[in-house]
Amino acid sequence: MPETIRLSMSLRNRLAISLISGAAILAILLFLGVRNFAAQIAQQSQDRVLGASVTSILDTAVIRNGMAEVDFPYASFSMLSTASDDRVFYAIYQDDRLISGYDTLAVEGGTTGTKSHYRTELLDDAVVRIATASRSLVGSELRTRITVSVAQTQDDFAETLNRISRNAAFLGIAFFLFAVSLSIWAASRTIVPLKRLATSVARRGPQDLTPVSSPVPSELAPLVSSLNKLMTRLEQSLKQSEDFIAEAAHRVRTPLATVRSYAEATLHRVDKEENRRALRSMVRAIDESSRAAGQLLDHAMITFRASNLEQHDLDLAELVRDLVLRLTPIAEMKDIELRLDLTDEVPAKGDPILLQNAIRNLIDNALKYSPSESVIEISVASKPTPSVSICDQGPGFAEDEIAVVSGRFERGRNAQGITGSGLGLTIASDVAMAHEGELKLANNPKGGACVTLSIS
Amino acid sequence: MKFLLIEDNFELAHAISTRMQLDGHVVDHAGIIADAIAFSTTGEYDLILLDIMLPDGDGRDFLKQHRSGKKDTPVIVLTARSQVSDRISMLDLGADDYVTKPFDHAELQARCRAVLRRKAGASQTLIQIGNVAFDPVAGHLEVDGVAQNLRNRELRLLEVLINAPGQIFSKQKLVDRLFTYDDDVSENAIEVYIGRVRKHLENSNMKITTLRGLGYRLEHA
Repeated sequence: MPETIRLSMSLRNRLAISLISGAAILAILLFLGVRNFAAQIAQQSQDRVLGASVTSILDTAVIRNGMAEVDFPYASFSMLSTASDDRVFYAIYQDDRLISGYDTLAVEGGTTGTKSHYRTELLDDAVVRIATASRSLVGSELRTRITVSVAQTQDDFAETLNRISRNAAFLGIAFFLFAVSLSIWAASRTIVPLKRLATSVARRGPQDLTPVSSPVPSELAPLVSSLNKLMTRLEQSLKQSEDFIAEAAHRVRTPLATVRSYAEATLHRVDKEENRRALRSMVRAIDESSRAAGQLLDHAMITFRASNLEQHDLDLAELVRDLVLRLTPIAEMKDIELRLDLTDEVPAKGDPILLQNAIRNLIDNALKYSPSESVIEISVASKPTPSVSICDQGPGFAEDEIAVVSGRFERGRNAQGITGSGLGLTIASDVAMAHEGELKLANNPKGGACVTLSIS
Repeated sequence: MKFLLIEDNFELAHAISTRMQLDGHVVDHAGIIADAIAFSTTGEYDLILLDIMLPDGDGRDFLKQHRSGKKDTPVIVLTARSQVSDRISMLDLGADDYVTKPFDHAELQARCRAVLRRKAGASQTLIQIGNVAFDPVAGHLEVDGVAQNLRNRELRLLEVLINAPGQIFSKQKLVDRLFTYDDDVSENAIEVYIGRVRKHLENSNMKITTLRGLGYRLEHA
């Protein structure tokens, strides 16, 4: 039976992908968070230095001789020196008039109070951070307002930010990789019970339809419970169809037996040759139909069993001995001797029911084609592989037919006038194949057919 | 021989009984297990023929009960199933053999003889006429105290003739008794067997006479 299972993504992959995407999002958030936080800290430290610089300049503002005076303490700019040689700009306004510095550095309106205000702006094609604070100077005749802005380019800040971003990225990637391996491990672990369940179901024999009894995770319980119900139903329907076949066979075979017995009884009592011929044909027809029905059922059973081969340890010699014992009365009716050549036990592995059926079909064939007062030689060998040979003294196979006659419903040309459905050799050949063996047909040089069934 | 036939289909039972009576057997028929047990405990039978599907139970139940009693009457199962496994379980339960319906009565008789021979309970079938002692079950013929070695078909021919001494059997009837329906044999084949049996009976006070155009009969010499 070809397996046509449509696959969707595996549970393991699904789970792993969900976990990994979660981890990826977390890693990106982690990276952004760390970078932001670092940027804030870096900005704060730049702001603090800028603020201090502004304050130190403002602190020097005094009114002297009715004039506002501002000095630049050395430290007010030296504190701004950075490793990246950032440029520094300043502007000092008295009220709204620039008294020193870069006029492009405008003072924001409304910046009052000694507390510094910070903003970021584009100045001379460079991004700068500007700190602004103002202070009111009150003299005896003058009341003025000094506003100081100090700006600094952000090269060093950007450098710091880059360094921190790199580290944050490393951290994010490391976290991501760790999370990925953890996800795969977790996903694999999660499906272990599923795999265990699958193995335990797959390892069952074809006849084993008992419910799954080993403990399963609660998520699998609905599946296992449906599986168990399905197996119960399957067992019931198998049982039903077996009963049905038995019942059907019974219904058909019992009336056939009645007809046959009456036909035989009548044949013994009538004398007219015409009637006798008719009765004999009747008996033959009944035999033919019942044999065909039997072999068809056997063949169906064998096809089923062969695709689910049960391997038992058995003694092929004993199996053949039993069969020969059972078939001896039939052989005796034709004065045919079943000569059994057995030495020792022949251990073999296989399905005894199949082997019995196959070998019985072969001996049946030999009996059918053998002339009376002949011998059928049956031998069992254990080497090279276990095998059974049946040689009769009948007409044998036509040489050109040897390859063909084991096909379904094929009968040999030498089979004329003998009741048969043509399934016997097919059954034997199917059974041999199911056991990884073969059925060899040959003609005995001394006359008669030789059939050898070997199994692995 | 005396048979107990356990079969719920009355038509079939009647057909089998009719056929067997033609061979000179006595057949008692039981349609249900209860009757069968009553018959088998009160009567003495040479052989029991048992159907498996019965209205008041499974034939296997009868087998179990039968085997648990002291009786060792051989049982041949008449089965309508052809599953080998089923047949095997039948033999495991103590049936001595089985035939699958529809069956050849010649085969059934051959099996009966084989079973009886195995059970070695064949002495009551001995036929003694003059200086001829013949046991069809054991396949044993003694003429004037000398054992003769007969093949199966020779034995069957002698059995047919000796069961009805003086009766004329046509060649065709003898063919039907000796050969299976599968065999295409000419009537002349019977002459070979008649010749052989005659040879075995040479020193006896019985002889087979030929009635030209009619057939053969066994009569006192």
